[in-house]
Amino acid sequence: MIEVDHIHKSFKDTHILKGISTTFETGKTNLIIGQSGSGKTVFLKCLLGLFDATDGKILYDGKQYTELSSAEQRNLRQEMGMVFQGSALFDGLTVEGNVKFPLEMFTKQSKSEMQDRVDTVLKRVNLVDAHHKFPSEISGGMQKRVAIARAIVMNPKYLFCDEPNSGLDPRTAIVIDNLIQEITEEYAITTVINTHDMNSVMEIGEKILFLKNGLKEWEGTKHEIFKTDNKAVTDFVYSSELFKKVRQMYIEERN
Amino acid sequence: MKYLSAIGGYAIMVVEVFKKPTKWRIMKSLILKEVDELIYGSLGIIVFISFFIGAVVSIQTAMNLTNELIPKNLIGFATRQSIILEFAPTFCSVIMAGKVGSFITSSIGTMRVTEQIDALEVMGVNALNYLVFPKIIAMLLYPFIIAVSMYVGIFGGWFAGVFGGFITSADFVDGVTLDFIPFHVTYSFIKTVVFAFLLATIPSFHGFYMKGGALEVGKASTTSFVWTSVVIIITNYILTQLLLT
Repeated sequence: MIEVDHIHKSFKDTHILKGISTTFETGKTNLIIGQSGSGKTVFLKCLLGLFDATDGKILYDGKQYTELSSAEQRNLRQEMGMVFQGSALFDGLTVEGNVKFPLEMFTKQSKSEMQDRVDTVLKRVNLVDAHHKFPSEISGGMQKRVAIARAIVMNPKYLFCDEPNSGLDPRTAIVIDNLIQEITEEYAITTVINTHDMNSVMEIGEKILFLKNGLKEWEGTKHEIFKTDNKAVTDFVYSSELFKKVRQMYIEERN
Repeated sequence: MKYLSAIGGYAIMVVEVFKKPTKWRIMKSLILKEVDELIYGSLGIIVFISFFIGAVVSIQTAMNLTNELIPKNLIGFATRQSIILEFAPTFCSVIMAGKVGSFITSSIGTMRVTEQIDALEVMGVNALNYLVFPKIIAMLLYPFIIAVSMYVGIFGGWFAGVFGGFITSADFVDGVTLDFIPFHVTYSFIKTVVFAFLLATIPSFHGFYMKGGALEVGKASTTSFVWTSVVIIITNYILTQLLLT
């Protein structure tokens, strides 16, 4: 579980995050949504420890990152997996090399143990024939799968995804969304996803946090987002005619 | 103020490079890869340029020897002095700032743009140690390139002098060995080691801390080449003042 308590983040005179508090529960897919410039990426980078919060606390299962010793911070980092928007695979390494990378860096496993682990996670993300291909030789959807495999190879307790299905066709996007949700439940991971994709919100949003101008505007589940009267949320989520109709149908069905 | 801040940032980066070392098993393969790309990959261009510059120095010296009282072996002597003292260590380093420096800045800059450096940091890897340290170690072999440059440069001078009909082979060799001061080679290699460190670290600094997209990677490569060249030229002056006077 990740508890966020009144997080503020400023860059010089620009106040980006203005006191966000929330809780991300274990075994659930938590989504952060909001317009461009609302502070989603800064918030995710604060959760990852890439940015230090100006004020406030972030607790990872009760442990505050900034109060840990450097060895404990290193251990906590190894409990985090991250799937970047552009996958961020290492160009010079093969698919297998990318997935094996964290194991080689941080474990004392033998070569055969590492190979077994790599085979297991690549099989889990349905990639069995791409071990020796380079990132430039595989499709965007496959790159995302490799990125997910790399993120989970160390059995992380926390998984962060920055727009995991951007640039993917709708069918592949759903596959990636479902894969993340399955992995979250299977490995009991606390997953936080930064997304613009309303399909993801409707499909896998067990908890949704809506940010606006660096503030928490709304939070709830995918079911509650259909019923909310919050104008900022409805303007954002139901900006397309299709989603307006979907919402209308949902409400009529419930009534 | 901007320049002072950049110098401070560079100093901090250099210290960070030596912290939290990467496992030797991984570092070993990274160093070998960098030796292949930075050292072995530069040999061709250095040999090519050294041969022709040596040849030009030899011809120009010969063309300026109009006084019959000046011995012809001066052509070999001037070629040796120019190549060993300045051309091989300094001129080659400026060329390397373009060849190796741009490569380092653009490769690290692209890793920054595509979030590969963020990925390393999220995993808890010291990205500076992982990316820059192998380049510094690989560049310790840079004096080898400069030694090759010295040899090929003098050979180029001999080739152009003898086959151009400016000097006999015996006179050229006599000039090359005339009043030879071994410390000049030591001085040259001291400069080379310092330049090697600058060639590995300044372009890395420009790549690692760049912001923006593909266009900015190009701009960072250009800036990196300019600053690496400027620092090499200034350092050359300071080291010459300290070592030869």
